[in-house]
Amino acid sequence: MSVLYDIRMTITYDYEQPAAASRDILRILPRGLPDQQLVTGLVQTDPTPDFRRDRTDFFGNPSTEVAFDAALDRVAFRFTGRVRRAAEERELDLSPRLSGLAQDIAAAQSLGGGSPHHFRGDSERVRPVAAITDFARDVTDGGMSVLETVRALNRALHREMRFDPGATNVTTPPAEAFEARRGVCQDFSHILIAGLRGLGIPAGYVSGYLRTDPPEGQVRLDGADAMHAWVTAWCGAEMGWVQVDPTNDLVAANDHVVVAIGRDYADVAPVRGALRSSGGHSTRHEVDVRPVSG
Amino acid sequence: MTSDPKPRAAAPEALKPPPLLEGYRPRDNVADELMRPDGTLRPVWQPLIDYLVAQSPDLLARRFARGDQHLRDAGVYYRQYTEDGSTERNWPLSHIPVVIAADEWAALSRGIVQRADLLERIMADLYGPGDLVRQGLLPAEIVAQCPEWLRPMVGARPRSGHYLHFLAFEIGRSPDGSWFVLGDRTQAPSGAGFALENRVATTRMFADHYPGANVERLAGFFRRFRDALNGLKGGEPGRVAILTPGQETDTFFEHAYIARYLGFTLIESGDLRVEADRLAVRTITGPEPVNVIWRRLDSRFADPLELDETSALGAPGMAAALRAGAATMVNALGSGVLEARALLAFLPRIARHYLGEDLALPNIATWWCGQPSEAAYVRDNMKRMMIGPALSTRLPFEIDATTVLGGSFRGQARPSVEEWIARDGAQLVGQEAVTLSTTPVHVDGRLRPRPMTVRVFAARTPEGWTVMPGGYARIGRDDDPTALAMQRGGSVADVWIAGRTPTGPATLADPSPGPFVRRMPGFLPSRAADNLFWLGRYVERAEGRIRLLRAYHGRQAEAGASAQPLLDHLAAYLGPEADPTTPIPPGLPQVLGQARACALRVRDRFSPDGWLALDDLSRATEALSGELRPGDDAVRGLGDLLRRLAGFTGLVHENMFRFDGWRFLTVGRALERADTGADLLRVFADPEAPPGAFDVAVEVADSVMTHRRRYSVETNRSTVIDLLALDDKNPRSVVYQIDLIRGEVAHLPGASTAGRMSRLSSELLRMHTELRVMAPEDVTTRRLTDLRDRVRSLSDRLTAQYLG
Repeated sequence: MSVLYDIRMTITYDYEQPAAASRDILRILPRGLPDQQLVTGLVQTDPTPDFRRDRTDFFGNPSTEVAFDAALDRVAFRFTGRVRRAAEERELDLSPRLSGLAQDIAAAQSLGGGSPHHFRGDSERVRPVAAITDFARDVTDGGMSVLETVRALNRALHREMRFDPGATNVTTPPAEAFEARRGVCQDFSHILIAGLRGLGIPAGYVSGYLRTDPPEGQVRLDGADAMHAWVTAWCGAEMGWVQVDPTNDLVAANDHVVVAIGRDYADVAPVRGALRSSGGHSTRHEVDVRPVSG
Repeated sequence: MTSDPKPRAAAPEALKPPPLLEGYRPRDNVADELMRPDGTLRPVWQPLIDYLVAQSPDLLARRFARGDQHLRDAGVYYRQYTEDGSTERNWPLSHIPVVIAADEWAALSRGIVQRADLLERIMADLYGPGDLVRQGLLPAEIVAQCPEWLRPMVGARPRSGHYLHFLAFEIGRSPDGSWFVLGDRTQAPSGAGFALENRVATTRMFADHYPGANVERLAGFFRRFRDALNGLKGGEPGRVAILTPGQETDTFFEHAYIARYLGFTLIESGDLRVEADRLAVRTITGPEPVNVIWRRLDSRFADPLELDETSALGAPGMAAALRAGAATMVNALGSGVLEARALLAFLPRIARHYLGEDLALPNIATWWCGQPSEAAYVRDNMKRMMIGPALSTRLPFEIDATTVLGGSFRGQARPSVEEWIARDGAQLVGQEAVTLSTTPVHVDGRLRPRPMTVRVFAARTPEGWTVMPGGYARIGRDDDPTALAMQRGGSVADVWIAGRTPTGPATLADPSPGPFVRRMPGFLPSRAADNLFWLGRYVERAEGRIRLLRAYHGRQAEAGASAQPLLDHLAAYLGPEADPTTPIPPGLPQVLGQARACALRVRDRFSPDGWLALDDLSRATEALSGELRPGDDAVRGLGDLLRRLAGFTGLVHENMFRFDGWRFLTVGRALERADTGADLLRVFADPEAPPGAFDVAVEVADSVMTHRRRYSVETNRSTVIDLLALDDKNPRSVVYQIDLIRGEVAHLPGASTAGRMSRLSSELLRMHTELRVMAPEDVTTRRLTDLRDRVRSLSDRLTAQYLG
């Protein structure tokens, strides 16, 4: 079964002190995947940049580099498009026991963007945190398969953590958010990644769009009013990558439209920018993801 | 030492050694550069030793002192970081060079070239197809976990076709006499400039021996590399620049030195602008394209947008520009991955795979503990291992608390080493605890053996790799021959490659025939111009401050009741700096410190003598503050500082090439002088000023003699204003400064466009004309205030046009 979505997303920055010149990398265009096709899609900025280049990054994510020569006090980045999502139902657990995973990893002789090797150890925003690893050990057991382990930790974190948009910001380290047991999808995801890596399971960060209004009879998911984030975990050579959403205790499926995949937020931030500006700024996100009727 | 010919006749004299060699014995099972195991000299050392032995201890000491003096005069230093911050340290030259036979060096060089070629191929694979990992020749996780492997650069093809252009190799000699590599330096290797400075120092010391000692010259290597870099421009308009992290880095001296030596512009990332698919340097004439960059900055810091986002040293967009082929980076971003220790474990296999042969120059035996059998081997042999982080790019002897040596941790207690290897194996390597060779150092009139490593340099030229005939030797502090001794900070030495045939003098000069072409200096980055401008301003500010303080303390010394109003007037003008008990208020060293900081940032642009003079002034001021007693002592001390300051300005004025850089320095100085001059008159030539104020104005403006000659009368308002504001022959007058600035600005690019003067130029002309037609009585205090405002807006206008 597939769903067709019309998506509109805008991120607006307002600067207190206009920046002299700025350059940004945008990752807001959904990527193509076996179970997801970009039907149409457009990345635009307001104002029009003085320089623009589109490319595919190391992990296979579409990215757009833009530069503005003039000082700006406001800039908006916009994606509009239509995406077909057809998440496959994967009932069968083909993953090995956790103890057998290392062998699968070692056998993966590849440096390609999807290789599990990139998603272990430290990355810019996620380092091992003893408290998170201990927690992960407590809520799983060595007899579980990798997929069971991923789901168990996903569920346990969802139970343990409180969704609280006021508790953290975009730079909060996972250790701090875990300590407070509060945060938003970014914190949930970083903590889950740290926990999975702590157990030896390669794990990455997925940014994307979440269906805004739930299908009839279902509850609205947390995180639908901005870009959402969830986690991808490598469940062995046979099963490959599985995406889970710790904020909503789900296996990501047709409600989740994938934009970019990376090791953590730093790899997939919707807007990564560099500007020379002394003052602060404020951001506004607007997201609308609705199924195309008929 | 594969090539030592038969010992010469002199060797038997070793039976009764000269005092210099007394007690010099190679250690058992350690190779020595100077002597064979039986205590006879190696022939290649004979001429140098004969020469040294013939010198009296006194003469030798004087020769060594000459070398040290040269290094001090050249301002060679390095920055040492400690817990309390960083300090500049004197250059620790060991005066005895390391002498290596030319034919042995030739064999070694072939090994270096083979390694360089191998590293290039590995680099091309790691940033290209990734076949080494796919074919199982290199574990994926070593690459994927290495912070120096930069994903944004994967797939980027280098503009020049090559990733690596300049490499260094830290090599040592085994007990059996063969050479091995302790580490390949591929990121942004330093030391070539220091090798050159060491050479200059040794040639000064041994001026009567070196020319006939058949020692290979270094200049040819630098000339070939310079030409190669120029060649990399590839016929496109653009320049070669050397990119430094800035003056805070430990090897900044070398960056400035080598930029000056090779004639390339030294830039910081802040100078760079990424424009579409081009890299440009902000200069006083606008953006100038740069298409070859010799990078002395670690890759990760080069671009905060795509690489380390916390880097303040990078240029946003650099990675993308390089992917688009905007410039040739020497070496390509991401080359640091080749320095990871774990890679050394796999090089022998990769060499056989790529080259079909073994490495002629092997590296230190290394085992990656991410493999079960290797981990077991390291565990079972830990007594003769250094065990440390697998992905560290540091040399084996640069160890820290988490390194295991001889089976125990360097730092505080931890779990057992066995447990550590079992748990964190993939993050660890074992490296053989090697023994190095020893080389003589001079200690208290005797030669003593000390362990050493040599850094060798290789540069890519259109004809292939060229290896510097010489290098940079590091010498351990004590005679412990394990590599460990190297980290305790010993000394450095020149390396002589000596042959049997005379070597001709070599210089950087182009040997090719053809008519002489005068080359104009390179472009002036806005940042450098800004620093020169402010250097001029700060130095002048300091001078004004010193004169004012001297006037104050001089009058303080001879004060009677009648002088009190003038003293009060001076004190009010000086503000908090007027403290009769503190002749050097903190503000003065502060201004000089700012001047020094500006000078340091543009050290590649002026003479070592000028730098030394400023450094000397700054130190003398520090030393005197707190020392000077009020009164005569203060006047004398401040006078001394003034003379030192004149030494600096004199050197600069006499020696600096009259081009744009000098103009900004001159304009900065004149602007400051016009500013303080107008202000001085506003306060001390005011009709309401107390008696004696006119004399203060004339004295502070250093025009006492002139006034006496010109007017033959006591000072009055008209004579003072005339001399210090309106007299175009007085180099201290305001009008003189405006005229000077006008003249220099007229030579700057953009002074006029299509026959129309820039706003800066026309304002200068206007001010000059107004001052020239004024009479002293027109110059009211109010006018002086207005004049000062206009001088200040000149500074703003200049900054906006050229320095922003």
